[in-house]
Amino acid sequence: MSANMVALAYLVASVFFILALKGLSSPESARRGNVFGMLGMTIAVVTTMTLTENWTLILGCIAIGAVIGTIIAKRVQMTAMPELVAFMHSLVGLAAVFIAIAAVNNPVSFGLPAVLPAGSKLELFLGTFIGAMTWSGSVIAFLKLSGRMSGTPVVFTGQHFLNLLLAITMIGFGLWFFFSETTNWTAFIAMTSIAFLLGFLIIIPIGGADMPVVISMLNSYSGWAAAGIGFSLGNPMLIIAGSLVGSSGAILSYIMCKAMNRPFLSVILGGFGSDGNTATGDDGGQKTHRSGSAEDAAFLMGNADSVIIIPGYGLAVARAQHAVKELAEILHEKGVNVRFAIHPVAGRMPGHMNVLLAEAEIPYEQVLEMEEINSDFSNTDVVLVLGANDVVNPAANTPGSPIYGMPILEAHKARTVMVVKRSMGVGYAGLDNDLFYMDKTMMIFGDAKKVVENMVKSI
Amino acid sequence: MIGDIDPLIINLTIFVLAIFVGYHVVWNVTPALHTPLMSVTNAISSIIIVGAMLAAGPADTDWGVWLGAAAVTLAAVNVFGGFLVSQRMLEMFKKKDKKGSA
Repeated sequence: MSANMVALAYLVASVFFILALKGLSSPESARRGNVFGMLGMTIAVVTTMTLTENWTLILGCIAIGAVIGTIIAKRVQMTAMPELVAFMHSLVGLAAVFIAIAAVNNPVSFGLPAVLPAGSKLELFLGTFIGAMTWSGSVIAFLKLSGRMSGTPVVFTGQHFLNLLLAITMIGFGLWFFFSETTNWTAFIAMTSIAFLLGFLIIIPIGGADMPVVISMLNSYSGWAAAGIGFSLGNPMLIIAGSLVGSSGAILSYIMCKAMNRPFLSVILGGFGSDGNTATGDDGGQKTHRSGSAEDAAFLMGNADSVIIIPGYGLAVARAQHAVKELAEILHEKGVNVRFAIHPVAGRMPGHMNVLLAEAEIPYEQVLEMEEINSDFSNTDVVLVLGANDVVNPAANTPGSPIYGMPILEAHKARTVMVVKRSMGVGYAGLDNDLFYMDKTMMIFGDAKKVVENMVKSI
Repeated sequence: MIGDIDPLIINLTIFVLAIFVGYHVVWNVTPALHTPLMSVTNAISSIIIVGAMLAAGPADTDWGVWLGAAAVTLAAVNVFGGFLVSQRMLEMFKKKDKKGSA
C-alpha cells in the first residue's frame, strides 16, 4: 500500500473513533458507537499489517491477546469494573514503554532516521515517561481497587519533596538522553526507571474514595501516552485517538473533582480520608440514633407514595444490585413511585452505580442524576440510603466543615430517611453524618444485600 | 509551502484540533454512560498496537522485535477486552430500554 493510501485509511479510522465517542451521548446510539470503534480499530490494524513482514509473529500475538481479552471481558463481574479498567490502563502504559524502547533500539523500522533526531528523542522521552507512570500508577490503583492492597493513603514525611526530587532527576536524565549524540541507553533506562517509581509514589497516598479521580486521571494519561507515541512515529491517527482519550479522561477527572468540591491538586497530593472506622466526631459524642429492622422499613416503604433509593459503594461491595431490583419491582407493583438518585462520585469510578443498576435491569428512566432529582426530595415520603455516606451528609451545607460546598443528594429533606449501613462508622471523609441522628431517620444495620432481601420478603 | 513546514508543527496542529474535538464530544456523553466511556476510550487508546506492530514488523529479528511482539499482545488484550466489555455493558442498557417502553 502506498504511504498516501495508508494515511487515508488511518484518517477513516480516526473518524470512526470520534463517532464511537459521539455515540455515547445516549444509551440508544451507544452500541452503534462501540461498533464504530471496533471498525476503526480493525481498519487501523489491517492497514498496518501491510507495512510489516513478520505476519505469523504478529497475528500469533494478536490471537493470544484476543483470547485473553475475550475471556476477561466475558467473565468480569460488573462490580469489578473499576479494577478491570485500571488493569487495562496499565497494559496501555506498559505497551507504550515497550514501543518506545524498541524505537530507540531500531528507529528505522518505524520509518525514522537511523540516528534519532532531537525532536524524535524528545517525543520518545515524553511517550516513555507518561507510559511508565501510567503503568505503575495503574498497578497501584488496581491493587487498591481490588482490595489486594489497603485503600488507606500511604503517607510519610518528605513525600512531596521526594517526588519533586525524583521528577527533577528524571528530567535531568531526559536532557542527558536528549543531548547525547549517540543512543544513550544509560540515560534512557535511568529515566524510565524513575518514571516507573514516580507512578507508584504518586498513587500510594491517594485513598479509596478518591479513586474516581485517580482512575479518570490514569485514563487520561493512557491517552496522552498513545498521543506521545504518535508524535514519535509521526502518525496522526495515534495523535488523534490519543488526544480524544486524553481529553476524555481529563474531563472526567474534572467532573469528579467538582462533585467532591475538591481541587484536583489536593486530590493528587493525596493523604485525604481513611477507610478506618474511628469517628473523629466533634465534641458531642452523646448523640442518639434510632435503629430499626428491615421489616419496619419494608412496612414504611410499602405504605409510601414515593421512594427514592440512593445507592453507594456499599451496594457494590455487597453486590446487592439484583436484590435492590426486586425491591424496586415489588414496590412498583404496589403503586409506589420508585426512583434512584445517583451522586456523580458514588462508587469507585464515574458511572459505577449506573452500570450496576443497568446490570440488574432497572429501567434507566428510573435512574436520575443529582441535578435532576435533588428538588424532589422535599416531597418524597421515604429515602432509602444503601451504603452511601458522605454524599448525603448535610454537613456539606455547614461552613467550616471539611466537606463544605460539596454538592450532596438532599436526602435530609425527605419525610422519612432510612439508612442501611454496616455500623455507625464514619465515611471516607472521616466525618460524622448528622443525617443519621435526625428524628426522622431510621438506621438499619447489616449487609446491604441481606437487609434488602429481608425487606423484599416482608413487603 | 506545506513542504517547508516541520512535520512536528503539522502534528501539533492535529493534536490541538483533536483535543478540541474530544472536549466537545465528551461533554455530550450522558453521565449514566461514564463507565462505558472509560472502557471505550481505554479500547481506543490501545491504538498504540499500530506502533507495536511496526516494532514487531522487521524480518531481521532482534530483541526489539520481541519487545514489539510483547507490546502487540498487551495492546491486543486491551483491544478485545475493552471493546467487548463495553459491548456487554451497553447491552445491559439496551435490555432495560425494551422493558421500559414495553
